Amino acid sequence: MDLKRETITKSQLIEKISLKIPQLGNKDVELSVKTLIEKIIDSLSKGDRTEVRGFGSFSVHYRKPRIGRNPKTGDSVSLPGKNAAHFKPGKVLRNKINNLHDID
Amino acid sequence: MALTKADIAEQLYEELGLNKREAKEFVEIFFSEISDILVSGLDVKISGFGNFVLRDKKGRPGRNPKTGEDVQISPRRVVTFRSGQKLKARVENNATSE
Repeated sequence: MDLKRETITKSQLIEKISLKIPQLGNKDVELSVKTLIEKIIDSLSKGDRTEVRGFGSFSVHYRKPRIGRNPKTGDSVSLPGKNAAHFKPGKVLRNKINNLHDID
Repeated sequence: MALTKADIAEQLYEELGLNKREAKEFVEIFFSEISDILVSGLDVKISGFGNFVLRDKKGRPGRNPKTGEDVQISPRRVVTFRSGQKLKARVENNATSE
C-alpha cells in the first residue's frame, strides 16, 4: 500500500503558476485555470478526447451495465451503463515519474 | 474532435482576452507545473476536476505478450487520475455504448 502523500491543491497550483507567468497576475491565472478545466470537462461530456502531448490524454470510457450490491443490505441492484472519464499519462510523464530517461 | 493545447489557448484568448502568446504560455505552464509536482513525489488535487494520485507498484513477474517470454516487471511509480464528483456527473449521463 502507498503511504499517504502530501498533496498540492488547486489554490497552491494557481500560486505556482502565477510565479512562472508573473505578467498574468493571480486573478487571471485563477480564471484561466477555471476556464481550462471547464473546456476539458465540456469536451469530455460530449465524448471528445483531450490530448496534451507529453502529458497525456483524457478520454471517455464506457462502463457496461452490471448487477451491483448494496453493501449494507446485500440486495442486488441493477446499475445502468455509464460513461467515465479516463486519463492516460503520456510517455514523457510516465518515464519522468518513474525516473527513467526518455528513450526517444 | 480532440481538444488540444492550441484549442484551449485559443479559447482563453477569445473568452478571457489573454493575448495569444500569454494564453499559449499559460497552457504550457499549467501542464508542466502539474508534471513537475508529480515528478517531485506529490499528488495534485484539482477541485471541480479530479485528483492526480501517485502509486508505487511492486515488481512482479510478467510475460512479453508477443514472444511469450517470461520477464520480470520492475517496481515502478505510476500516476492515476480519479475524477471528481462534478466531472463524473457531467460525463456519465450521455451513456452511448460504443
